[in-house]
Amino acid sequence: MAGKTIFGMYDDDGTLMTGAAALIDKGLHIKDAYTPFPVHGLDRVLGVKWTRLAQCAFIYGLIGAILALSGFWFFMISDWPMNIGGKPNGVLYENLPAFIPITFEFTVLCAAHGMAITYLLRNWTLPGVKARNPHPRTTDDHFCIEISTEENNNFSEEDINSLLKETGTVEIFERA
Amino acid sequence: MEQFTLPTRMRNIIYTLVGIGVLSLIMGVVNVMGAEEAEHHHAVQRLWGNILINGLFFFGIALMGTFFMAVQYAAESAWAVTVKRVFEAVSQYVYVGALVLLVVFAAGAMHLHHLYHWMDPNLYIEFLADGSLNPEYDEIIAGKSAFLNQPFFWARALLFMGVYIWFTRRFRKRSLEEDMSGGTSLHYNNVRDAAIFLVFFGFTSMVASWDWIMSIDTHWFSTLFGWYVFSGWWISAMVVFLLLVLYLKSKGLMQQVNESHVHDLGKWMFAVSFLWSYLFFSQFMLIWYSDIPEEVTYYIARIDHYRWLFWGMFAVNFIFPMLFLMDRDNKRNKGYLVTIGFIILFGHWLDTFLLVVPGTQHADWHFGAFEIGLMLGFAGLFLFVVTRALSKAPVVVKSHPFLDESLHHEIH
Repeated sequence: MAGKTIFGMYDDDGTLMTGAAALIDKGLHIKDAYTPFPVHGLDRVLGVKWTRLAQCAFIYGLIGAILALSGFWFFMISDWPMNIGGKPNGVLYENLPAFIPITFEFTVLCAAHGMAITYLLRNWTLPGVKARNPHPRTTDDHFCIEISTEENNNFSEEDINSLLKETGTVEIFERA
Repeated sequence: MEQFTLPTRMRNIIYTLVGIGVLSLIMGVVNVMGAEEAEHHHAVQRLWGNILINGLFFFGIALMGTFFMAVQYAAESAWAVTVKRVFEAVSQYVYVGALVLLVVFAAGAMHLHHLYHWMDPNLYIEFLADGSLNPEYDEIIAGKSAFLNQPFFWARALLFMGVYIWFTRRFRKRSLEEDMSGGTSLHYNNVRDAAIFLVFFGFTSMVASWDWIMSIDTHWFSTLFGWYVFSGWWISAMVVFLLLVLYLKSKGLMQQVNESHVHDLGKWMFAVSFLWSYLFFSQFMLIWYSDIPEEVTYYIARIDHYRWLFWGMFAVNFIFPMLFLMDRDNKRNKGYLVTIGFIILFGHWLDTFLLVVPGTQHADWHFGAFEIGLMLGFAGLFLFVVTRALSKAPVVVKSHPFLDESLHHEIH
């Protein structure tokens, strides 16, 4: 049996939440949900894994801090020692307070940009990429859950359809 | 409804703390009386200096109770409604706190101690009676006398404390009334008063920190000082709020306070720690960089004679919250919050220590049983007042326009 994807549309985020919870109770696996705005608590209902974006941000920040400090060391101390206002310029740590603001800024810059770019890449929502939401109204006022028949082998297509209908969907459609 | 009664164990702890404080105070007084002529001045400075440190630290925390409550009123925020009584209870220490500070100031004015060097009238007399130059004349301090003179100092201190207390009373009174009457009219009065209070507080907390703390190092000045002191008080108060909320929760009270409220308080603790660290560094770096003698002496005194305490205090207060409270789950974890809370609360007490002691005891400073004992004593006094205030009203307000929203507070 070739995999099919069934979409259930809701017109209310509350119905979506209770509907998704009811379907999961019955043993269905929900692949994904599309909503026009973040629905609080939906991630827990669907059992979405906790994002690792924070760990990435930490690593990007660390890279930023190390880059900035090694840059300072090379430009200001090693390559051409700069004497500004009679400050010691022989070693990095004696000059450190002066370098902290820029190091901080560069850390934030790298963490923020790294995070944003990672997010866009991971979701493949880069500029120019074709939108993958199943129905244009999920960006407007409708909410959609996606169920793959392949992941729910112990349910027939009809079962899934009728279960979806029970939860108060306004429309059900499928795609091969 | 939900009434807090002080458990016997906690009461015994508080009485023990106060007892330790009283013993330490006696120890300090005996130390002063038994000191030889050469040591006398130093023993006096140590005794009164520590009273001032604890006076400032706990008064600051209490004041931040009023301040933080006013911020929530002015912003008409909902999340904090369930924990509002804790802010209120903390703010009730302002009476005792103000009294302690006034006693220290009065003792200074009577020359019982010499914490405020500028209170010495000799500094302002350029010529002695016989017409010769007064060797004690201090041109710089004399130049500040238009602002830094005793009548004006007292007028400011009494005005500021009076107004702070007045607002604290009003907020408390209205909050208790609101429990009975409900409705929104009291709330709007609170919003208006909070806005007025915040404007007044914004200016006067700066001036108060110059008067009460910065004037110890009379020659020195820093425009950022007020913010630095304010943020130190604020973070200490956030920790106290959080610890009290967690304590009450562990006693089975405040069940309306859910994980999200605790998470929000944890976020405040994290954020204000950064504010404090940022201000510490901003003040330090500009002075270090410009290296102007009249400014840099402040840090030279601290780094030369208090090196480990000074840097250690900064490292603890900055790095502990940063490393351990950055993670979302840690801000909901009681163990992390309590451990970090106690560590940085002590860290900020040390910060207050470093604001006062280098300017009063200079290179020959002490940190021993007396300092710790007096700190514990004041902590006991503070807890005594705060737990009394907590037990006088339900720990969660009964009525507030945003109570329902706060009960359903949920963040991720």
